[in-house]
Amino acid sequence: MNVLNFVNAFFSDGAHWHGYDGIPQRLLEHVRYSLLALALAAAIGLPVGLLTGHTGRGGNALAFIATAARALPSFGLLVLIVILMGFGLLPVMIPLVVLAVPPILVTTYEAVRSVDPSPVDAARGMGMRESRILFQVELPVALPLILSGLRSAAVQIVSTATIAAYVSLGGLGRYIVDGLYQRDYEKVVGGATLVAVLALVTLAVFWAAGRLAVSPGVRRR
Amino acid sequence: MNGFFDIPSDLQHSWWGLIGLHLREALLPVLAGLLLALPLAQLCVRVRWLYPPVLGLTTVLYAVPSLAFFVVLIDYTGQTELTVMIPLAVYSLVVLVPAIVDGVRSVPEETLAAAKAMGFGPVRRYVQVQLPIAVPAILAGLRVATVSSISLVSVGTLIGNQGALGNLLADAQKYDRPELAVNSVITTAVLAVLCDAALVLARNLLTPWMPRGTRTRPRRAGRRELPEAEKAAR
Repeated sequence: MNVLNFVNAFFSDGAHWHGYDGIPQRLLEHVRYSLLALALAAAIGLPVGLLTGHTGRGGNALAFIATAARALPSFGLLVLIVILMGFGLLPVMIPLVVLAVPPILVTTYEAVRSVDPSPVDAARGMGMRESRILFQVELPVALPLILSGLRSAAVQIVSTATIAAYVSLGGLGRYIVDGLYQRDYEKVVGGATLVAVLALVTLAVFWAAGRLAVSPGVRRR
Repeated sequence: MNGFFDIPSDLQHSWWGLIGLHLREALLPVLAGLLLALPLAQLCVRVRWLYPPVLGLTTVLYAVPSLAFFVVLIDYTGQTELTVMIPLAVYSLVVLVPAIVDGVRSVPEETLAAAKAMGFGPVRRYVQVQLPIAVPAILAGLRVATVSSISLVSVGTLIGNQGALGNLLADAQKYDRPELAVNSVITTAVLAVLCDAALVLARNLLTPWMPRGTRTRPRRAGRRELPEAEKAAR
């Protein structure tokens, strides 16, 4: 297998394991971009999703915003912003956040909306304030779904963060873009393998987070 | 903006030509993905143990960045449209298989039993009962696949100007004409929204039995279920 040979050659080359273009350094950069983008997207998507889900209002506006954001091409947006703003970290973060907000926003909204209304009514009957209802009743029950929205956003960010390399930043996309221009397929395949593995690790992290954070009573159902 | 529709001649297409090219490069793979996904999904529904490994494999494939996919394929298919279309077909397949499997599995047992009692064979039961009932789920998957496919075609510009409207992005940098990049982003986004709207319309036409009100799910129904689009995107 051609591709497997490439993968083997890439990872067994000692020169790929240290220095500023080494795998640990590029991996670290990639993780840093991905975490920053996910944090920004979550900071936008989670509060809005929780609030609209709790009040049950604005669902149509939310669906419209999500569709519009999904329609924007990440790569085109990146090139456009770089042309307008110049190079830097911010032009990379904007397309990644635009990419990640819709799944987080829509899933969080749907998750809170679809919580069984009887415990919510019971909590209200017990005199809980609205904020406590949201955080102590609705949030724990909706958590598995909210996590799945974050997970799908995270995987998309990890895979798309490769475009950062196109505008001269680091990350695992460096191998793919450099390999493209150097006609060095070994590098491209190695970079792609690393990104795919990182995406799988992301899935595993969210699975573990689900095991830890979701209350057993919710999980059992 | 001046020269907004003034497409550089190195692209060898007019603006409308680029749109046609873009739609072809984006939609043919989705169609191919759908044609491959239908039998594969049916296999996964029939042979239950096959579904988890297929789901795992598709997740891995989905995580491969599009650019890497393109570059690796250059070795086999050259710098052609096909090199852009094959990965897009794979991504569509990845989105559609879970959507179709979940849709077909969600058909109630009683409905299947009723079809069987009416003398439907497996083929007729699949075509006339299971598929129509799964239409909302399948169309939700198609929407995600179509919109992401339209957006990803632009990346093809990096492998020798195979990105249709995305080629405007390369030219915007080459000739220092930002308005071309604006044109590219806006046109691509509008195409995506229009195709999305067409699919919503198709769903409404294909599911005449669904009352309008229930499409946006009432609060009580569908507990602990992913919203259709995110489920498909998983």
